[in-house]
Amino acid sequence: MPALPKRPGIEIQAERAIEATIRLCGVSAILFVFGIFFFVFREGSQFLFHGFKFREFFFSPEWYPTSQSHVRYGALALIAGTASVTLLAMALAVPFGLGTAVFISEFCGPRAKETLKITVELLAAIPSVVWGFVGLTVMNKLIIELFHTPIGLNVLNGGVILALMSVPIIVSIGEDALKAVPDSYREAAIALGVTRWQLIYRVLAPAARNGLLAAVLLGVGRAVGETMAVLMATGHAVKIPTSMLDSVRTLTATIAAELGEAAVHSDHYQVLFIIGILLFTITFAINLAADLIVRGVRRG
Amino acid sequence: MFQATRFSRRKRRYELLARAVLFLMTLLIVAPLVLIVGYLVYQAWPILSLDFLLTNPRNGMRAGGIWSPLLGTIYLVVISLLVATPIGVLAAIFLNEYTRENWLTRVINMAVLNLAGVPSIVHALFGLGAFVLFAGLGKSVLAASLTLAVMTLPVIIASTKEALAAVPVPFREACWNVGATRWQTIWHVVLPNSVGGILTGVILQVSRAAGETAPIMFTGVVFYKAIKEGDPFAYSLFGQCMALSMHLFTISTQVPGVPKALPYGTAVVLLGVVLAVNALAILVRLRLRSRRKW
Amino acid sequence: MVTSSNMIEIRGLSVRFAGHEVLKSVNLDVRRNEVLGIIGPAQSGKTTLLKVVNRTIDDTPDVSVTGSVHVDGADIWKLKDLPALRRKIGMVAPLPVGLPLSIFDNVAFAPRMAGLRDRHEIEARVERCLRKAALWEEVKDRLDSLGTRLSGGQQQRLTIARALSHDPEILCLDEFSIAIDPVTTMRIEDVLKEMRSQITIILVTNLVQQARRLADRTAFLLNGELVEVGSTEEIFSETPADQRTFQYVRGIFG
Repeated sequence: MPALPKRPGIEIQAERAIEATIRLCGVSAILFVFGIFFFVFREGSQFLFHGFKFREFFFSPEWYPTSQSHVRYGALALIAGTASVTLLAMALAVPFGLGTAVFISEFCGPRAKETLKITVELLAAIPSVVWGFVGLTVMNKLIIELFHTPIGLNVLNGGVILALMSVPIIVSIGEDALKAVPDSYREAAIALGVTRWQLIYRVLAPAARNGLLAAVLLGVGRAVGETMAVLMATGHAVKIPTSMLDSVRTLTATIAAELGEAAVHSDHYQVLFIIGILLFTITFAINLAADLIVRGVRRG
Repeated sequence: MFQATRFSRRKRRYELLARAVLFLMTLLIVAPLVLIVGYLVYQAWPILSLDFLLTNPRNGMRAGGIWSPLLGTIYLVVISLLVATPIGVLAAIFLNEYTRENWLTRVINMAVLNLAGVPSIVHALFGLGAFVLFAGLGKSVLAASLTLAVMTLPVIIASTKEALAAVPVPFREACWNVGATRWQTIWHVVLPNSVGGILTGVILQVSRAAGETAPIMFTGVVFYKAIKEGDPFAYSLFGQCMALSMHLFTISTQVPGVPKALPYGTAVVLLGVVLAVNALAILVRLRLRSRRKW
Repeated sequence: MVTSSNMIEIRGLSVRFAGHEVLKSVNLDVRRNEVLGIIGPAQSGKTTLLKVVNRTIDDTPDVSVTGSVHVDGADIWKLKDLPALRRKIGMVAPLPVGLPLSIFDNVAFAPRMAGLRDRHEIEARVERCLRKAALWEEVKDRLDSLGTRLSGGQQQRLTIARALSHDPEILCLDEFSIAIDPVTTMRIEDVLKEMRSQITIILVTNLVQQARRLADRTAFLLNGELVEVGSTEEIFSETPADQRTFQYVRGIFG
C-alpha cells in the first residue's frame, strides 16, 4: 500500500493551540469565582477598612444610609428580613419539596415521573421578576382579602413566593438522592413485608439523608440569594418583623433598590458592596457545606 | 390462605394515607404553575397581539408595546451565549477528556458549583466592578452580556460534561488505538455525539439569560431608551438597551398609572418566551434519546 | 541490546495498579514477522502487556510502570510522536467496537487522522482492508450504514479492518474470539494465516488450542510472571521448560 503521509504541520500547530485554550477554559471557573469575590471586595474594601463599623452593621437595626445628619449602616433589620423570609420559605418548601421528591421517586410510574419532572423543571424556569410580579398582584390581593391588611406585601407574600421558587431545586436534588439509593435496599425491605411508607421512613430517608440534606441546603442558598422576587413582594419597610404580615426588606433587595441612587465610590455605595460580600460568603459557605455533605455520601 | 389481618389492614390504610398526602403535596406544587400561567394570560388577553410585540412603549410607558425591551433581551441573550458557550464547552472538555480525577478537577468542580450558587445581585455587583468600571466598558450592552455570560457558564459546563460522559469510553480507546490524537478523537467522535446534550444545556440558559433582571440592571440596561421600531440593529454594543425583564419590573413598580393589561402582557410574553424555550430544550432531549448511534 | 531480528524487546517490565503488581519483571522478545502466542489464565497481565506496548497504559489511573520497551529499535518511553507508535501497532480488543460512524468512515478513520486526503487512495485503502478482514463481501453495498449496527462478529472484523488500515507492522490481538462465534473465529484465523509472513503478530488468547494452531512461538504468563517462552512445539510437548506450563496447557488448572 502507498505509505501514509504525515500530518500537515499547520494542523499540528492548530491542535496545540486548541489544547492550550482548552486548558485555559478549564481553569476559568476557578478564575471567575475568585474574580467575583475579588471585584466585589475591591469596590467595598476602602470603606471596609476605614470607617466601617462592624458592630453597628450586624447589631443595629437603624439603616439610614442617606441621612443628611446622622448616617447609620445598621443592617440588623435587613438581616432579619432575609432570615424571616427564608425561614418561612423553607418551612413551606422543605416538607412540600421533599414530599414531592418522595412521591415522584417512590409512588410514580415512569410516565408520571417524566411528566412531573418536566412540570417541576418548568416551574424552575419561571424568571424571578415574574414571580415578583405574581407576588405584587396575585398574592397581594389574596393576602389583603384573607387577612384584611392594608397592603399585602410582607413576609408572608415573599415567603410563599420564595417557597415556590425553592421547591424545584429541593425536588430535583432530593429525587436524585433517593434514586441513588440502591434497589437492593428496597428489595430487601419489601421482602421483609414493610409498607411503602415504612420503607421510605425507615430505610430510604436515612440512606439518602446526605443527599436530602444537601437538597435542603441548596434550597436555602437559593432563597437567601433571591433578589427580584423579594424586592417586589416584601414591601419596603426596613424594620425587624414581628409578624408574618409585616413588610420587610432583605439584604438582596436593599442592594437592588439603593445601588442606582448611591454615588459611585461613596460610602453608601461601598456598604452595598459589603453587603454583597456578606451574601457571597453566606452562599459560598452553604454551597461548600452541601458539596462536602454529598461527597461524604460517595465515600460512605 | 392469607387473610387480611387487622394489622395488615391497618398497614394498608396507612399506606393509602401516605400516598394521598404526598399526592396532595405534589398537586400543591404543580397547581400554581398552571394557575399562574392561566391567570396571567387571562389578565393580559386584551393586549396580546402582534402589534404589542412590534411597537415601542409610548406615553411614558403607559401605552404601546414592548418592541424595544424585546429586542434588547434578544441582544443580551445572543451575545452572552456566544461568549459563554465556547468557554463552557471547552472547560467541560478539559474536565472530562484531558484530566483524571485529581485535586485540580475537584477544585474546578467546586468552583463550578459555587459559581452556580452565586446570588444574581452579586453577579450584578461583579459585573459593575469588573466589566463596567475595571474593564472600562461603561454601562453597555456588552458589559451586561458579559455579566450574563458568567452567570450562565456553570450550567453550560455541567450539561456539556454530562453529554461528553455519556459517550462510552471504548469509543475513545478505539480511536487512540489507531493513532488518533486526543483532540482528533474529541472532534471527530466525542463531540459530534454530544451535540444534543450540549444544545439542551445552552437552550436552557437562553431562558435563564432572558429572565434575569438584577445582573443587567446596573450594567447596561435602562428604564427607557428610544429606538426605531422594527429595526433589528437599533442597539449598539457599547450603548445601553432595554430588556423585557427590566421592563416588567419598571412598569409594575416604577411607573404610576399604567393600564393593568400592560404589565400582565409583558409578563406573559416573558413567561411565554421562557417556557417555550424550555419546552424546546425538553423536546431536543427527548428526541436525541431515540437517535443514539450506538 | 537491540538486534535487527527483534521487533519488540521488553526488559524488566513491571506494572503496578494501585499497589497490586500486575506484571513482574517481564523479559520478552518478539521476533520480526513471527506469530507469538501469549497464553495464561485470566488476570495474568496479558492485556496489560499489550497496553504497555502501544502505551495506552498511560491513560489508566493509578498505574506505575518500570522497565524498558523497545519497538523496532526505539525506546517507546522516549518517543515524541505517540500516534506514530500506535499506528505502527494494530490493536484488536476483546470486545468488538464499531465506532459510531459509517462502515466506510470506520476504516477510513485512521488514514484520515494520519493526514491522508486523497479520496481515491482512501477508497482503495478501505476496500483493501475490508477484503483482508474478510468483511468486504458482506458490507460492500452498505458502506454508508452505521458501523455500530453490525453484528458482533462483523464488528470484530471491522475492528480488524480498522487495525489494518494504518499499515501496522505489528498486529496485536487480545482474546479476539471471546465475543464471536466459532465460524467467524475460524475465518479470522484464516485471515491471520494469510498475513503471517508479512507482519509481526502477537496473539493473546486463553484458548490454548488457538495458540497451538497459529503461533510459531508461545509465551506463558502466570500471575504477572513470564513463566517460559519457546517454540510452540516445545511449549505443548511433554517436556516444556517449566512444570507449570505443562499443567496449564493440559488444563490441570485454568
